[in-house]
Amino acid sequence: MARYVVLIGFFIMIGGFAYMLNLTNTGEYNPRDIPTEFIGRTAPPINVPDLYNESDIVKTADMKGKVWLFNVWGTWCPECWREHGYLMKLNRAGIPIVGLNWRDKRSEAKAMVSKMGNPFLKIGYDPDSSVAIEWGVYGAPETFLINAQGMIVEKHAGGVTPAVWEKKFKKHFTQ
Amino acid sequence: MKNLKALILILCALFVFSQAQARFETHDFATPKMEEDYNVLVQELRCLVCQNQNLADSNAELAQDMRLLVFKMLNEGKSKDEIVDFMVVRYGDFVMYRPPVKTTTFLLWTGPLLFFVVAALLVFLHLRKQKVEPQVVNEQQQKKAHSLLDD
Repeated sequence: MARYVVLIGFFIMIGGFAYMLNLTNTGEYNPRDIPTEFIGRTAPPINVPDLYNESDIVKTADMKGKVWLFNVWGTWCPECWREHGYLMKLNRAGIPIVGLNWRDKRSEAKAMVSKMGNPFLKIGYDPDSSVAIEWGVYGAPETFLINAQGMIVEKHAGGVTPAVWEKKFKKHFTQ
Repeated sequence: MKNLKALILILCALFVFSQAQARFETHDFATPKMEEDYNVLVQELRCLVCQNQNLADSNAELAQDMRLLVFKMLNEGKSKDEIVDFMVVRYGDFVMYRPPVKTTTFLLWTGPLLFFVVAALLVFLHLRKQKVEPQVVNEQQQKKAHSLLDD
């Protein structure tokens, strides 16, 4: 009898181990996907100059009343190149996107935009992470969705793909 | 022998190199207390890019900027707790290299002790079960033993 208990216990352990192994790197067990603190919070200010126009300060408040995306990118981030085409598509569909160029040289950031197109209404220029840290960003690309009340309702770490758009963002724009 | 000397030299070089790597940039601190606080903070805060390193050990760009921000905030007269709170508000408890003791992290902190207690209990029970009663040897058996040993 005792032997069976030990044996069953052993199999339960193996089963549990296999189950957790299977979950690793997905959903909440993905060490790369740090749970964001920002869902349901008022979007922080941006308050840095525009990439193209230094006298123009990019502000969160300017977007009040709109549902919009805030996309953090850098020329040094391959995933940002990959998602860029899709951001262009979203822009053509009328989705307002504010960009944040993170830790780049102005010239390099401009070069990428002129080569690949500009899907952004404005692009904040953040060479020293001040805005990135303010928004709790830890990697690029990261995309936030802010509602008409100025509240962050969705965040995605990683490139925006059609699948991510369908799952996380689309529903907030069809109201 | 020659090889050994070379090896020692390489090891020394590595050691010196690792020492040089220990701090990435130098700051001019207004007070020794500020420097002390800075060193504690960069040890306690996690680099979010290379997650098994703290800010002191990481040279990721974000870690560099976070270190600079810690320095700036100390200069503005912010306390250690205020700076940690600032980071936790933005990055969650995860930014703390040592997770705080809360209901959700209770098992994390007590787990090893729990394992130890359970293991110790099992070992104790097992040993107690194994304890053998001392056997009483009668005269006849003793004689037999002697005759066997004498042979």
